[in-house]
Amino acid sequence: MAAEAPSSATRIDVARALREGALAGLIAFGLFLPLIGFNTVQNIHNELVLETRWPLLAAMVAIMAIGRFLYALLVAPWRARLALRPRPEQVAVAPWRAALGRWVVPCALGFAVVYPPLALSLAGVQGAVKWIDNFGVQILIYVMLGWGLNIVVGLAGLLDLGYVAFYAVGAYSYALLAQAFGLSFWILLPLAGCLAAFWGMLLGFPVLRLRGDYLAIVTLAFGEIIRLVLINWVPVTNGYAGISGIPRPSFFGIPFNASDEGFAARFGLEFSPIYRTIFLYYLILALALITAALTVRMRRLPIGRAWEALREDEIACRSLGINTTNTKLTAFAIGAMFAGFAGSFFAARQGFISPESFTFMESAVIVAIVVLGGMGSLVGVAVAAVIMIGGTEIMRELDFLKIVFGRDFDPTQYRMLLFGFAMVLIMVWKPRGLIATRDPSTFLKERKSIAGSHVKEGHG
Amino acid sequence: MEVFIQQLINGITLGSIYGLIALGYTMVFGIIGMVNFAHGDVFMVSAFIALVTFLVLTTWLGIGSIVVALLIVLIVAMLLTSLVNWAIERIAYRPLRGSFRLAPLISAIGMSIFLSNFVQVAQGPRVKSIPPFFNEVIVLMTRDDGYEAAVSYKQIVVWLVTAALLAVFWFVVTRTALGRAQRACEQDQKMAALLGIDVDRTVSITFIIAAALAAVAGTMYLTYYGVVSFADGFVPGVKAFTAAVLGGIGSLPGAVVGGLLIGLVETMWSAYVSTDYKDVAAFSILAITMIFLPQGILGRPDVEKV
Repeated sequence: MAAEAPSSATRIDVARALREGALAGLIAFGLFLPLIGFNTVQNIHNELVLETRWPLLAAMVAIMAIGRFLYALLVAPWRARLALRPRPEQVAVAPWRAALGRWVVPCALGFAVVYPPLALSLAGVQGAVKWIDNFGVQILIYVMLGWGLNIVVGLAGLLDLGYVAFYAVGAYSYALLAQAFGLSFWILLPLAGCLAAFWGMLLGFPVLRLRGDYLAIVTLAFGEIIRLVLINWVPVTNGYAGISGIPRPSFFGIPFNASDEGFAARFGLEFSPIYRTIFLYYLILALALITAALTVRMRRLPIGRAWEALREDEIACRSLGINTTNTKLTAFAIGAMFAGFAGSFFAARQGFISPESFTFMESAVIVAIVVLGGMGSLVGVAVAAVIMIGGTEIMRELDFLKIVFGRDFDPTQYRMLLFGFAMVLIMVWKPRGLIATRDPSTFLKERKSIAGSHVKEGHG
Repeated sequence: MEVFIQQLINGITLGSIYGLIALGYTMVFGIIGMVNFAHGDVFMVSAFIALVTFLVLTTWLGIGSIVVALLIVLIVAMLLTSLVNWAIERIAYRPLRGSFRLAPLISAIGMSIFLSNFVQVAQGPRVKSIPPFFNEVIVLMTRDDGYEAAVSYKQIVVWLVTAALLAVFWFVVTRTALGRAQRACEQDQKMAALLGIDVDRTVSITFIIAAALAAVAGTMYLTYYGVVSFADGFVPGVKAFTAAVLGGIGSLPGAVVGGLLIGLVETMWSAYVSTDYKDVAAFSILAITMIFLPQGILGRPDVEKV
C-alpha cells in the first residue's frame, strides 16, 4: 500500500492534469471576472459606466488554466519523485558555500566603492546621475534602513512595523533644525540620530510587555500616529505640503554650487551636479557601513548577546538574570538611531520632505527586506535590498515593453504589484529568508554556520 | 443632545461595519494564530466587487428596484470575495502553516500590498462613486436652531443587514457541525485532527466565512458612503483590527462590541474634539488597549507556558 501511493503521484497523468487545469481556469474566471472583466470608468457626465475587457479576462484565465495544467502534468510528478529520494540530514552548511561566503563580502564592498566611477565611465556624466542616484543611493538608503531594523527585528527578535516613524523623526529633525537655526548637516546628523533614539526609547517603553504579532501591530499604530501628527500639526510641519528648501549637505564646509567658493571651483573642476551625487553616494555608503560594523561589533558585546538570547527565548533569558527591559530598550533606541541618521540623510538628499514619504508602506518595505533577506544576516539584508529596491527601480527603465504591450503600457504601475507578489513568493519559497543560516557568536570548539531550519525560535 | 443622538446613530452604523471586518480578524487569529494583515484589503476588494455588480445590475440589466439589486449585490459579493479569500489562503498562507512565526505575517503584508495595487492597476487610481439612493431620512428630534437629528434609510439598511447576517453567522458557529469543528480547531488543532476533523478544510471555511462577512461590510460601506477607492482597505482594516483587539482577540462577541465601541469613539471624537485627529484616537486606543488590557474586554487572558 505504501509503495502504491507514491507511484500514483509520480506518474504523468494527463486526465488529472486536464481536470486540475480546467478547475484552475474556472477559479481564475471567478477571481478575475469582476475586477478584470469589467472596468469602471467615468464618462463625460461624471457618471460611472462599465467597460468590458473580455480578451484580457480570457487571456488571464487561459494563462492560469494552462499554467496549472503544465504544473500538474510535468512539475508535480517531478517534485513528487524528488521528494521520494532520501536526503541526507544536513546541519552544517556545505563547504563550497562557506568558501563563497568568504569572497562575497569583499567583492560586494569593492564593487560598491568603485560603482560611481564605473557608472561615470560607462554612462557618461549625464547618464551617470540617474544610475548613481536612483540605483546607488536609493538602494543604499534601504540597505542602511534594513541593517538598522535588523538590530531590532533580526537580533533582538522584536517585530517593529513602525520603523519608518524614526526615519521620519530623523528627516524632520534635520529639516526643521536646519531651517530654524541654520545648523550644518554635520552637527545635525548626530543630533537627528539622538532624537530618533530618544523617540525609540519613548515608544519602546509602553510596549515592553508585548511580543510577536501584538508588538508588530502596536508599533504600526505608533508609526501611523507619528505620521498623522506630521500631517495635522500644520504650524510646525506644514502638513501635507511638506517642507521644501532644506539645506543640502556641504563637503565639510565647502558647498556644492557654481560659485567661486563651491566644490568644483575650489578643486579646479568644471561645475556639474554629479559631484554632489557622488558625494552623497559615498556618504550613505559610509553611514551604511558604520551601521554594519557596529552590528558586527555589538554581537560580540554582552548587550548583543543579550539581544540574541532574547530573540531565541525570552523566558529563558529572564531566568538567566538578563534585564529584558534594558535589552529591549537599547535595541529599540539603537535601531531608531540608525533610522534617524538615514532620515536626516534622506532629507538632505531630497531637499524636500512630506508625510507622504513616511507611510506604512515604507515600514512594510523595510521589514520585508529584513525578513526576506533572512533575519539577522547582514549579507542577506543587503541582497534583499538590492533585489527588491533595485528590482522595482529597474521597472522604470523597461520602456522597451511598450513595444510589446502597446503605447499605453506603463511598467512603473506594476512596481508595487510585483513587489507584493515577490514578498509572498519568497516567503512561500524560503520562509526563513534568502540567507537563513545563523553564525553563532559563541561556540564550543569550532565556528559552524547553522541552517535556519534547525534554529528553534522561542516566543521572543 | 441632538448632536449626541446623531453621532450615536452614525457611530453605530460605522461600528457595525468595523464589527463585521473585526470578526474576520478575530476568527482567523483564533484558528491559526495569525494576524491576517490582508483582511482590510479583502474588504476593499469586496467593495469593488459590489460596485461592479451594482453597475452591471442597474446599467446593464436595468433592474429598477434598488432593494432587489442590493440583495443580489450582497450575494454576489459574498460569493466572489469568499473565492478570493479562499485562493489567498491556499496560495499565501497554507504553505506557511507550522513554519517560522513571522513568515505568514510577512506573506500577508505582501498580499495586502498586492491586492491594493492590483485594484489600482485594474480599476484605476480614482475614487469611484455610485449614484446616491435611499436618501430619505426620518427626523427624530429638532433643536431650536433647526439642527435635526435624523436616521437615514441607508443607516437602517446597514443595521438590518448587519443584524441579520450576524444572526446567521451566530447560528452557523454555535448550532451547526461546521461551527463545532471550527470551534474545536480553535481550541486544539491536534486534538481536533485526532478526532477526525479535517483541519485544512476547517481553516479554509474560516477564511471563507471571514471573507463573506468582510463582503457584507464592503457592500454596506459602498451603500453608506457611495464611494470607494483602492486605498480604502488599510485604515478600516487597522481600525477593525483595533476593534478585534479591544473586544479581546479570538472572542466573537468581543469583535462586534469592539467594532461598535471604535465606531462610537471615532464619531464622538470627530464631533466633540477634532476631525483631524480621529484616526490618532483610534490608533491610540489600539496602543492603550494592548498595553493595559492585552486580553481585551471579552477575551481570555493569555497564560504564558514554558
